[in-house]
Amino acid sequence: MAKDNDRQGGVYKRALLNGLWNENPTFRMLIGMCPPLAVTTAVKPALTMGLSVIFVLVCSNIVVSMMRNLLKPHLRIVMFTLTIAAFVTICDLFLRAYTPAMSEILGAYIPLIIVNCIIIFRAEACASKCGVVVSALDAIGMGGGFTIALCILAGIREVLASGRFCGLEVMPSGFVPWLAMQMPVGAFVTLGLLLGLANVLTRKKGA
Amino acid sequence: MDRLSVLLMGFLSMVLVNNFVFTKFLGTCPYLGVSGRLDSAFGMGLAVTFVTAMSGTLTWVVDFYILTPLDLEITRYICYIVIIAGAVQLVEMYVRRFFPSLYDVFGIFLPLISTNCVILGICLFIDIWGTDNILEVVVLSTGVGIGFTLAICIMAGIRERLVVSDVPACFTGAPITLITAGLLAMAFMGFAGMIR
Repeated sequence: MAKDNDRQGGVYKRALLNGLWNENPTFRMLIGMCPPLAVTTAVKPALTMGLSVIFVLVCSNIVVSMMRNLLKPHLRIVMFTLTIAAFVTICDLFLRAYTPAMSEILGAYIPLIIVNCIIIFRAEACASKCGVVVSALDAIGMGGGFTIALCILAGIREVLASGRFCGLEVMPSGFVPWLAMQMPVGAFVTLGLLLGLANVLTRKKGA
Repeated sequence: MDRLSVLLMGFLSMVLVNNFVFTKFLGTCPYLGVSGRLDSAFGMGLAVTFVTAMSGTLTWVVDFYILTPLDLEITRYICYIVIIAGAVQLVEMYVRRFFPSLYDVFGIFLPLISTNCVILGICLFIDIWGTDNILEVVVLSTGVGIGFTLAICIMAGIRERLVVSDVPACFTGAPITLITAGLLAMAFMGFAGMIR
């Protein structure tokens, strides 16, 4: 990423924008698929989840990048997960203190950020090789792409399942809520269709 | 007798009704990535069952006898991760030393599963459910592993057929797998009435 470009600004910009579409973790790379399915019954929990992931990703990428010269190959993964676990604990305690209701809804999925492949993948692919600034920008881009994907999915599911968007009525009064969208079925099928759509879009762009 | 039926119900509920893959979406990554062939899916499932049973029990013991009495719940996630990574390492060494043939079957999956959400998931859910009986913990965490094996094997069976079927080009691979998983999740909803 950083090697083939001499201009610093170009490197930064690319690190930031990479995660938004080209390597969007959910739609393009297909990693970290549990939260997109689990927390997207409504937009608010999805947004909270996305912001938590951005926080953990940025912090862990910065720390991993700072200690990248000290890493021993065989202990690498353990160091990554321990760093991530520390930041997830902070995030979990913060949510529990300031938004108890949201913490209740997200439940075990906040601690499960620890084993989210996106974060370990970015630590391995970017932070353990690049400088602090590039790693932080990369984390913001990746987290942003993830959050956007989460919100799109949650938006579709919330509107179809309850006729509401962020708690506001958006559908006409004759709308019959589509309960299946709230269940696991809705999550799997919607994400499947969105991935298909993403494939169509990339193909058009490439042709 | 009463105890036994509670345990049996708990086990069935973990395998069918509250299957982690279909109701809690845990373990979706290996589910999409590995489940291409039936035999490797089965090996993966066995390895996961082994590790969930071990680490579920171990984390509960540590949580119940060390962390809670000493008010160290804050370090819970870090401890869980260390225990899981340790359990995976131990299992790997043990299997390689004493069951080389078994190691050939699922050895390659072992490092992968330390970052499998099913395993951390069961540790966390056991904590959330507030289970206070070690036998129940063992049964539940084994049930979760078997539920995962069941899900990943059904999926692998379907995917072996999907290879030869005519799927629209933009849906090949992950999208059609997710939609299939959705239909499977719907089928598994049928079990919901089985246990109160």
